Formats: sequence, structure tokens, C-alpha cells
Amino acid sequence: MDEKPDQDARVQGQRSDEDHRLKARDAIGDILHRLERFGVEVRLFREEISVLVAPLQLQDVARTLRDEFKFDFLSSLTASDYWPQLEPRFHVVYQLYSHPYNIRLCLRVPVNDSDPVVPTVETVWPVANWHEREVFDMFGIRFEGHSDLRRILMPHDWEGYPLRKDYPLGYEEPQFTFNFEDIQIRKHRPTYEEA
Amino acid sequence: MLTQTEVALDELRHLVSDRALSGDTVLLNMGPQHPSTHGVLRLLLELDGETVINCIPDIGYLHTGIEKNMEAKTYLKAEVMTDRMDYLNTVGNNLVYCMAIEKLAELDVPPRALGVRVILTELQRIASHLVWLGTHALDLAAMSVFLYCFREREMILDILEMCSGQRMMTTYIRPGGLWRDTPVEFEDAVRQFLHIFPPRIDQYEALLTKNPIFMDRTKKIGVISGEEAVKWGLTGPSLRGSGVAYDLRKTSPYMGYEQYEFDIPIETSGDVYARYQVRMEEMRQSVRIVQQALDKLPFGPVRSENRKYVPPPRSELSTSMEAVIHHFKLWTEGFPLPEGAVYVPVESPRGELGCYLESNGGPKPHRVHFRTPSFVHLQALPLLSKGHLVADLVAIIGSVDIVLGDADR
Repeated sequence: MDEKPDQDARVQGQRSDEDHRLKARDAIGDILHRLERFGVEVRLFREEISVLVAPLQLQDVARTLRDEFKFDFLSSLTASDYWPQLEPRFHVVYQLYSHPYNIRLCLRVPVNDSDPVVPTVETVWPVANWHEREVFDMFGIRFEGHSDLRRILMPHDWEGYPLRKDYPLGYEEPQFTFNFEDIQIRKHRPTYEEA
Repeated sequence: MLTQTEVALDELRHLVSDRALSGDTVLLNMGPQHPSTHGVLRLLLELDGETVINCIPDIGYLHTGIEKNMEAKTYLKAEVMTDRMDYLNTVGNNLVYCMAIEKLAELDVPPRALGVRVILTELQRIASHLVWLGTHALDLAAMSVFLYCFREREMILDILEMCSGQRMMTTYIRPGGLWRDTPVEFEDAVRQFLHIFPPRIDQYEALLTKNPIFMDRTKKIGVISGEEAVKWGLTGPSLRGSGVAYDLRKTSPYMGYEQYEFDIPIETSGDVYARYQVRMEEMRQSVRIVQQALDKLPFGPVRSENRKYVPPPRSELSTSMEAVIHHFKLWTEGFPLPEGAVYVPVESPRGELGCYLESNGGPKPHRVHFRTPSFVHLQALPLLSKGHLVADLVAIIGSVDIVLGDADR
């Protein structure tokens, strides 16, 4: 008795999978066409589509993607630090997934060093809450409109943001020929000395 | 001037209801050292009698800075750190990291290596589910299940030890294939396990599935609808227990999963019992996959021939100058990866395990991030536990199957 509905659901699942694969190909074109009005930059790398979005437009883009293209699942949210480059210093990276279409999309939001603020997407995908707290904890990027922006992994009174590139790992890196210049650049920067 | 404790509490003021401030409800600290939080998880509970009004998870007690440490190591050396994240799914962690490297480097993996990878990850999935089942049942006062589960888990750990020399921290999967080929006794050991294991699942089920105490404590507890579950990012068995057929092995097959026949178990009630049923069925499906993978397992090399990323075999070192150069380069500098960023998700026993790997063209990762299912599932804990008793909270924590090493990294 119990197994029958299971099997039905599975068969249906497989059938709709094929439909969606066909739909997905059209959908990607649609999505990129639709996002054009936001003036975004699209990159394709290793079959992954990533879209560069300005911080101010992030919430609009996120809503459009969720409501019109069923990107109902925020799969991952993280950031990357490009120090010593300061403008933009960070990229906040959103990995989206659409359950109905079975497609993935990556949003990248550049953030400057002087004012690292990004609007929150917690209102669009509630799961962003902890992810944004983690990025705040590790990179010091603030999320405007976040309901509970506290440190999450580090102790609440921790100073500094560990995953920033100018935050030392705890020991000095040996300087060889292959990383000589790399380390030399870091040595002369006063911010590194302070950190 | 506030003291340190007051500052710590002040931050949480907006998370509890007003009744807590007047003393109408009680704030109770559960953990971080508590046997049923499955590790060092601290929960701040707001209780009205024994009913949970609110539950505030506090994580980070097991934070070891793995992502930061990996940035300071070459790609190959950093791999050993991935084992230490989710210590019940070590093979899966290696897999997702290696797959990210392979995607970035466009590195090919020989078919035999893929087959062995499938066998080991599915065995690891069974082992992880066994630990989950044992501890979950233990939390619900079914003591003996734990002992049976660990008996079978030991067989899987023996197989892992046979292959890699390690029971848990295997680092057996390497970029471009495997560390070495499986030993001769591997196939027999796996076949013996496949022979013994399926009836044992029936034994566990005999102890729990129709057990009235177990059913009382799990049915209609911690219910979440499919829509909510997607919204809160649940994946894996926790999502499939709510009726959403999302399994990365089916939706975006990797590592040759498309050639194996298996089903995705789904339950629709979305409670603790549904998640239990899904995991039990998943173990049976994993057995099916291992069986097919073992039957189809081809002979051949287990490592890619691309010497820019994969070290040459030891035997070549005494005869080939090039092999010596490659060996030297790989073990001193490591290999550089092309500039770019990739995101690779795989289905871990707990849900979607994703690896975001970014390279700046150097021999060390510029940024590695792991999207870990435990971290995301913990976030949904307040939602699942509101209105239930403290005793049910224990069942709910068990049912979302968290590993704190996975959540804190």
C-alpha cells in the first residue's frame, strides 16, 4: 500500500525531468534577456553562468529571479576577498537553484573596501539569514536590512575578520622564489603590520 | 558599564519574546556539552513549562578555520583538511573538493576510479546513516539499535581502512582519480557486506518502524511542508521527507550515477518519522547502487595520465627523467589551476554538500567555501521545534542529522 504513491511520484518525477530539461534551455535565454535591463554582465565559465550585479540592484534581480524564473532555492552564499585590490575588494557570491527548471545560476556582487555594504536577500530567501551572518563574521561585509546581524562562528567579542586576506593565519609564511613577490607586496603595506 | 555576560545577553534581546524579559517564561541553556545535541551545539531555549517557545541555536564551538587554513596550503595538502569537516562523510568531502579541482582543471578521471568512488561514497552514506540511526534511536531511548548499527558500521570502516589505511580520515580520493588501486580483497569484502547488510536493515526496522513508543515520539513531530523546506534551504533526506524529490544524483548526475538504477525515496508527511523512513529506504537504495557499481567495475588505471596534476607512479621514477621532474614539481610547489571559480554540489548523506573553489592561477586556492548541509539545517531548527516539548526537541535534532564539524568547519 505504502509503496504505490511513491512509485507514481517517481515516475512523474522522471517524466517532468525530461520536460524541464527542454524548458531549461529556453529558460536560460529568457533569464539573460530579462536581466539585460538591469545592465548586468554575464560570464560563462566551465558551463556555469555567473551574472555580475551591482549591489543596488541585487534585491530587484533576486526578486525577479525568484518570482519569474522560480529560483526558489538559495544554495550557497559566500564571499571572496581580492585584497590588495580595493575597488572592488570583495565579491559576494550567490549560488541559486531552480527546482522546477533544474538550472543553476551564480550571482556575483562586487563590494568596495571603503563601504562594504550589500542589501540583504533574507527577505527573498529566508535561508540567507545565517549565510549572511557568516559572511559578516568572516569578511566584515554588512548586510543592510538584515534582521539579526551578529557573529555566528567566532566569539561575539572577536576583533577582525578572519577570512580577509590581510588577516594573518597565525604564523609567517616562508618566502621562496615562487612566492617572493607575493609576500614582498604584503610586507610593505602598513595595514598588514597593524593587523 | 555592562559586564561581558550582559553584553552577550543584550545581543539576544530581540530574539526572545517579551514574556522572557518579565520572567514569565524561562531561558534555559542546552549544551554545548549535552549528549543529545550530537556534538558541541548550544541551544538557548525559551520555555513555557516544558513547551519550547523559541530556540536559538548557537554554533561555532567546533570552528577550526578550515577555509582559512586551506588558502595557505597547496591544493593537494589542503585536501586532508576536508576530511575533518564532516567526520561521518569523509569520502564525500574529499569527493566534492576533488570534483571542484577536476572541473576547474578540466581533468579527466578514469572509469575505474569513478566506479570505486561510487562504491565508497555509497558505503560511506550507509555508514553515516547507521551512526545517525544509532544515535537517533539512542536519544529516543532505544538503546540496542545503537549497538547493532555500530556493528555494521565497523564492516564499512574496515573496507575503508583496507583501501586507504585509515578508518575515517581517508583522503583516498585524489584529484584525477584515487590514491592507489583497491587491494585484492576489496571486492570480496564489499560483496560480503552486501550479502550481510540488507537483512540487517530489516532487523533495525523490526526494532523501530512499528514500535509504538518510537511512533509516538516521532509522528507529527517537527513537521515542515515541502514549500517551507525549500525556502529554508533543506536538502537531502530532510527535504525528501517533505515530499520534494530533489536528489543531486538524479537531478544533475555526476560521477556516472546516471548508469545505475535506483529510486529516490519520498515521504510526504514531513515529520521526524518521515525522515526516518526516507533514510532507511536510502540505505537499501545505496546497497543497490553499490551492487551495480561493483558488477560493472571495469579494470584499468585509477589515476589520470595528466602529469601536470597527477603524480607519476613510483615505478616510472627510476626510468623517466620527465617523471622525476613532474614528481618534484608536484610535491614541492603543487600544481597551479586556471583562474576562475566553480561551484560543485554533490549529494552527501545529509543533503547538498557544495564546494565553491576559486583560483587565481596560483598553486594554492584563493578561496574555498563549503556549503554544508548541517549549517543550513540547523538554521531551520527553531522553525521545526516551536511549540514542541523539550523531549521532542531531542527527536527533532536527531532527525535533521547534523554533524557539528560540518556546520562549523
